Amino acid sequence: MAHTTERTRSSRRIWDIPGGVHPPEHKAQSMQLPLAHIPLAPSLIVPLSQHIGAPAIALVKEGDRVLKGQKIAEADGPISAPVHAPTSGTVTRIGDYTMPHPSGLQAEAIEISSDFSDTWCELYPMQDYRERDRSEVLHHIRECGIAGLGGAGFPAAIKLNPKGNAPIDTLILNGTECEPYITADDTIMRVRPEEIVAGAEILAHLLHEPADVLIGIEDNKPEAIKEMREACEGTRFEVVVFPTKYPSGGEKQLIQILTGREVPSEHLPAEVGVICQNVGTAAAIYRAIQFGEPLVSRITTVVGEALDIQRNIEVPLGTPVGHILANHGIDREQMAKIVIGGPMMGFTVQDERVPVVKTTNCILVPARKELPAPVPAQPCIRCGICAEACPASLLPQQLYWYARAEDYEKLEAYSIKDCIECGACAYVCPSHIPLVQYYRAAKGTMREAEQEKLKSDRARERFEFRKARLEKAEQEKEAKRQARKKAAEEARKRKAAQPASDKAGTSGASSEADVVAAALARVKAKESSPEQQKARAERSVKSAQERVQKLEEKASAAEGTQRDQLQAQLKAAQLKLGEAQQKLTALDQPEKTSSAAAAVDAAIARARNKAAMSPLEKAQKSVDSLRQRIQKMEEKIPQEQDAELQAALRDNHRKFQEKLVVAEQELAQLQQQEPGEATTPPAGNDKAQQAIERARAAAQARAGMSDEEKLAAELSSLEQRVEKARQRLRKAQDEGNENVPAFQAALDKMENKLAEKRQQMGEQQ
Amino acid sequence: MSWFASVSDAMLVLGGMALVFGAILGFAAIRFKVEGDPIVDQIDSILPQTQCGQCGYPGCRPYAEAIANGDAINKCPPGGQATINQLANLLDVEAVPLDEEHGSEDIKKVAFIREDECIGCTKCIQACPVDAILGAAKQMHTVIADECTGCDLCVEPCPVDCIDMIPVETTPRSWVWEKPGAHSQLIATDKIGEIRGAA
Repeated sequence: MAHTTERTRSSRRIWDIPGGVHPPEHKAQSMQLPLAHIPLAPSLIVPLSQHIGAPAIALVKEGDRVLKGQKIAEADGPISAPVHAPTSGTVTRIGDYTMPHPSGLQAEAIEISSDFSDTWCELYPMQDYRERDRSEVLHHIRECGIAGLGGAGFPAAIKLNPKGNAPIDTLILNGTECEPYITADDTIMRVRPEEIVAGAEILAHLLHEPADVLIGIEDNKPEAIKEMREACEGTRFEVVVFPTKYPSGGEKQLIQILTGREVPSEHLPAEVGVICQNVGTAAAIYRAIQFGEPLVSRITTVVGEALDIQRNIEVPLGTPVGHILANHGIDREQMAKIVIGGPMMGFTVQDERVPVVKTTNCILVPARKELPAPVPAQPCIRCGICAEACPASLLPQQLYWYARAEDYEKLEAYSIKDCIECGACAYVCPSHIPLVQYYRAAKGTMREAEQEKLKSDRARERFEFRKARLEKAEQEKEAKRQARKKAAEEARKRKAAQPASDKAGTSGASSEADVVAAALARVKAKESSPEQQKARAERSVKSAQERVQKLEEKASAAEGTQRDQLQAQLKAAQLKLGEAQQKLTALDQPEKTSSAAAAVDAAIARARNKAAMSPLEKAQKSVDSLRQRIQKMEEKIPQEQDAELQAALRDNHRKFQEKLVVAEQELAQLQQQEPGEATTPPAGNDKAQQAIERARAAAQARAGMSDEEKLAAELSSLEQRVEKARQRLRKAQDEGNENVPAFQAALDKMENKLAEKRQQMGEQQ
Repeated sequence: MSWFASVSDAMLVLGGMALVFGAILGFAAIRFKVEGDPIVDQIDSILPQTQCGQCGYPGCRPYAEAIANGDAINKCPPGGQATINQLANLLDVEAVPLDEEHGSEDIKKVAFIREDECIGCTKCIQACPVDAILGAAKQMHTVIADECTGCDLCVEPCPVDCIDMIPVETTPRSWVWEKPGAHSQLIATDKIGEIRGAA
């Protein structure tokens, strides 16, 4: 058995990748000291997004006590990972903290102040994973929050469950670690090789025992190779050693080196039958299954000439970078910058409070001499060395030109999406052009554009659906209208058939006749039988009496302004009561028939007039009638003896005047529109349409204005809005509307805004 | 009559071919008929679909139709210059600057309802062109931020003025790298002072 293993080892073919570079390795400086631990930080900041995919959702509140390993945030959706407390302590704050991210922006995180006892919560191992269902094991791995520890942080459980159950014939454990300075994987392979191998057993089981299980290591880590070979003794796993070259450790590159297969553009390794996991991830999966430990710490390289101590440490996730540096003797005089990750693909952070997360494999603090500031870029001389260095066989120079010109179609055609942003091209560029930065910017813009496209497509769908829905509602209404019209016509025909009432039937044109018929019907209904009428009148008298009584009670109980309001309402109710009583007495008198007949005639006349009138005439008419009523009232007011009644009349008078103003405005508008009949907008019953019209008018008015004029326009529109709000408030108060406080608040706010604007205006002048 | 025989053969053949090709073309015209106006669809797919009406048309599709009928391509402030450039590219016309009459390019915003102040009047729901506001009469309303296009149409109808347009924040997830500045244009000697100063 050992012999055959030996034979395959020697006969295993190794392929080469195109391009690649050989930067100085700087690996020895962090490998002089053994793996260490540092004192626990007083407070740990645990970001909710430490992986590719949606951020997790916090499960704890501020002030909660948590134990080490307790789940403190839940995965949100399939591509996400839960987060666990890295130590025991109290949740002090859940809020925005600066992230270990090139943007330096903030995102949500949970801050835990440590109680220094580091007590574990109860853990649930799954040592019998071979007897369990695969999906159960995958769920356990997912619940332990395991994300790829190599770099990107892809949730591990998803990778282990390839889409469509693609057959996997090769499992690769990535121990390449090709980037200079970083030795975290090297360390774990030296100190915990048996954990990695046990993790590989689990992975192989989950992937239905692929034919080849390969552990790929570059030949610059002889110690790790020795340890791993020893640990693999007696298993079918194979350690494959290949020459050092950057970036052999890229997933697609490593697959090509070990199997000769190329992963097609925009496809996953699973589609060529390969799954690749970092060695650290394998160890973490082993710990999750064997001990039930979630991912709460990792091995990180702390390196750079600006530090007294350079080594690898096992550190709880969430430990602030500043705390780690303080424990390694940082020399701020010499320090050039703080880099998370390696010198090729890492990024600089400004804030030392950023925490270590699942993907932090290295903290690099180089001295100024070690990593000098980049030389200013010079023009591209089209030497083509970048194309020779590119491990993805792209044309970096072409990509550079198109990225500069923002020609995204061309970039797409030149496969910018296959760029792994390794930085080999920028490393070899004799003009020191920051090529990767161009590609990243272009990729980012393209991704943004893609998302916006998706969003706009959805908006279009929703808009069109809404339009269809409104049209349908309109059609339904129209159908109902038609049905009513038909019913009315039938009723009229029936009536026409009766010789007694042929009066309405003869009145010509259909629409006019309809209105008349409707008015007739109304009056007829009102007329009904005298007994019914009387009963109704009595009912209304009774209800009015009740209302008056209630209001009296309320008024006596109420205070201040509310009391005045209630008094006004009481007055109105009393007036109504009076009317109702009059009606009742009128009904008791015999001449009711004649009065009803007169009412019918008047209604017919009114309806006929209305039907014949244009909107303009209607508006004119209503203005006139309002004026008449106001005049009448003005005559009445001084005659009234009762002071309270007089006040009520005054109130009414004021209301009518307001109405008159509105009616006059309408009239003026109609008059303006009258000359250009054709320009009147089509039936504006759609509110959105109206809003659009208004917005458009405003935009047109704004165009070509100076800032001052704009401000003045804003001011006047605000004034109008305040006026409108005041009217609304008054109306609401009169009606006793429940929203009075809300209207009041809105008015106050608008008034504040107005005052602000006025002040601004004053300052400008 | 032999000359007629030879000519009639040619005429027959040519006439027959004409008939056959005519039939094929006629069939193809029916079989592969293009429904709708593809150019309108193409224009519509470029427009940002905010449905804000700033162009003067009630929605993006009507504006797309208007452009297809010869209206100006520079009336869309939410799309900005990028949209104008794309339209110019598609229609093979000159890219013109945005027409200020219809508003100016602005940062992306979404509507936000201050929920404790909302009185549940449903006016904003009726104004929203993409049904991005949830709520019912006398119930608090809220904006589905993911669906909001930032069109601004809900702000004006609100009687209690409780809708704000909030700029969309950049998070680490939505952040993108910036393009390096123009300094790479310079030749080294132009920068020599700077390099010496830094050293």
